[in-house]
Amino acid sequence: MFIKTKNNTKINLSDIPVLKIGELREEIIKENKRPVAFFGKDWGNGRVRLFVVLDNAPELLVSSALFEADEKSYECITNAIPAFHIFEREFYEQFGIKPLNHPWLKPVRLNQDEYEFFEMKGEEVHQVAVGPIHAGVIEPGHFRFMCNGEAVYHLEIMLGYQHRGVEDLMIKSPSNQLAESICGDSVIAYNTAYSQVMEILKDIKVSDKAQLIRKACLEMERAAIHIGDLGAIAGDIAYLMGASVFGATRTLVINTMLEFCGSRFGRGMVTVGGVDYDISEEMISKALKTFEKVEKDVDRMTQTMLKNSTVMSRLEKTGTVSQERAQEAGLVGMAARACGVDLDSRFDFPDKWNEELDIHKKPFHASGDVNSRFKLRYKEIKQSFSIIRKVFEKLSQYKNEPLFVQGGENAKDAFVISIVEGWRGEIVHIAMTDAAGNISRYKIKDPSFNNWYGLALAVRNNGVSDFPLCNKSHNLSYCGNDL
Amino acid sequence: MFDTLKSRIFQGNQFIKDIKNAPMRDQFRGFPILKEGVEVCDESVCPTGALKTNPLTIDMGKCTFCGACQKISPLQGRGCHEVTGEGSAVTFTNGYKLASTDRDKLIVTPQSNYEDYVKSAVEVKKEIVKMFGHSLKLRQVSAAGCNGCEMELNACSNVNFDMGRFGIDFVASPRHADGIVITGPISKHMAYALEDCYKSVPNPKLVILCGACAISGGVFQNSTELNREFLDKYPIDLYIPGCPVHPLTFINGVLSYISK
Repeated sequence: MFIKTKNNTKINLSDIPVLKIGELREEIIKENKRPVAFFGKDWGNGRVRLFVVLDNAPELLVSSALFEADEKSYECITNAIPAFHIFEREFYEQFGIKPLNHPWLKPVRLNQDEYEFFEMKGEEVHQVAVGPIHAGVIEPGHFRFMCNGEAVYHLEIMLGYQHRGVEDLMIKSPSNQLAESICGDSVIAYNTAYSQVMEILKDIKVSDKAQLIRKACLEMERAAIHIGDLGAIAGDIAYLMGASVFGATRTLVINTMLEFCGSRFGRGMVTVGGVDYDISEEMISKALKTFEKVEKDVDRMTQTMLKNSTVMSRLEKTGTVSQERAQEAGLVGMAARACGVDLDSRFDFPDKWNEELDIHKKPFHASGDVNSRFKLRYKEIKQSFSIIRKVFEKLSQYKNEPLFVQGGENAKDAFVISIVEGWRGEIVHIAMTDAAGNISRYKIKDPSFNNWYGLALAVRNNGVSDFPLCNKSHNLSYCGNDL
Repeated sequence: MFDTLKSRIFQGNQFIKDIKNAPMRDQFRGFPILKEGVEVCDESVCPTGALKTNPLTIDMGKCTFCGACQKISPLQGRGCHEVTGEGSAVTFTNGYKLASTDRDKLIVTPQSNYEDYVKSAVEVKKEIVKMFGHSLKLRQVSAAGCNGCEMELNACSNVNFDMGRFGIDFVASPRHADGIVITGPISKHMAYALEDCYKSVPNPKLVILCGACAISGGVFQNSTELNREFLDKYPIDLYIPGCPVHPLTFINGVLSYISK
């Protein structure tokens, strides 16, 4: 019993089937699909309604179950489909309904003090604890390595330090500026997802021109971060030449973004109803020249690095996650693609532009290690620039279209999903409205929510000193996870 | 090796030579200029309550520099027909030297202008210059920051901005630091770690608030998950506005404070 829907489509709340949790569980296990979202909503009188969205690309399957006030537990799904593990942990944390026999009901964001970490015992065994404040200028999180000498047996990751109550704020005072600040390294992706949700609720048809500008900016964001991360990986293996060159090259891309919209990270560009800034022809020709130089620099530096044996000895076979494990753990986005799990919502849930701009998925030979993530980033940078060029070319056809369209009232009793492929992976925003059209639940899922466990898998049997490399090659978000 | 050398030659020198007078692109939204007696948009367009219309002021400690208030259009200020100069009450200039030692100075009025602000915003103290003028090592604490300010602070040390040449660096241990730089609105879960870190820094020490979130809570100011008691307990030395803070804003702010 699922209702089929598509990305960026509205469905009526009343059309979503309401099952008993036992039935829903069986249906989910029968479908055996990847969860896109699995979350609860307070349904009044102590009741909780659980919504589940499954990936049935290019469609989405939606269903729900209602927990009466006295139903406080259910048989967990994780044992049948492990990818549900983090979703069920979150659901338990937010609504207190316990998934029975869940293998690892660790807190996701709250009650960090009450959790008892795994411990290994033995003569040569020791623990290394790091954080929440880390050595560099990065976000907070607590890592605990269980080691035997230099080798890491297991890494436990404790997050939640960044928790700002974003989902509640999105109900109380939603704004584009708040959406941009949920995860400040994926400004365009988050803001686009939020704007698309609001546009569907308000029945706004965004102009082709605005859609194309959003697309170009999204790919610029992807390229800029990937270039920065290539530099960060180079820095972590003490290959300073790479760190400097990629760092300087990234600056060119984000400064182009500054010319477009006044912010290096694209703040202020996307708004509900369209975009706030036009990209003129002079800007485009200047940007194209810059990107040509950027691509040359990235090509040259990447090839230099990949030819260097001391670089390769650090990247190859470090932090490997197998395809089976990645699939099982439910990894998404770039981290999954680097392991050979082919998930990319740009192509799985395509919009009309893929066809019109002739954009296709490109095959990637994945090996799951740092080297694979390094090369995938390089490949995606190239692909992003090729998409940007196509978008800029197409943009000239829509000169006279408006940038911004005004909308009406929110739809009532609606359920809207918007999935945007940020540079880390799928960013899922879901909004529900009540009978008056007010937003009654706003759910956000960052790709890092799925992928943090992938990092824990990656460091197993690696040296502690390779942790920075595993970490940077994933570059996961703390604030996107903690919300 | 020859490839590496070739790459080096292609790159040339990347650093900004004169960081105090570095040119900024016109599109950058920095110091706001306010004008009385013209149509002003509704206070509600401001996502953080930085804009007050009676009397007309903008609090740069709250401002995200989103530019929503400088657009006045038939579409309730959310359109794209920018009215700048004559018609608009608010104009964001590309002035990027926004740091101040005084929280109240961050509030811009129609009488404020950028040149005077730059001259008076940072109060230079002799003992600070003597103590930290040659070398300033900072420990950054991200207390629920969105990674925007963190990325820009990292950029301060890259080859373009090269903050290290002024003796200013980010260090790993608070024991090695002369002060802390706080980003983010300070979540409940980070309150303890932040205070612990501050206490670990040897005296005398500085506290620098970096970005709208740290200074005022920014877009998260109404969140119930924050604990900002730290800011009431300890003195704040420098406020650096921005969302996120531009590297030039940060470097110039710190440089003017230690009077380099």
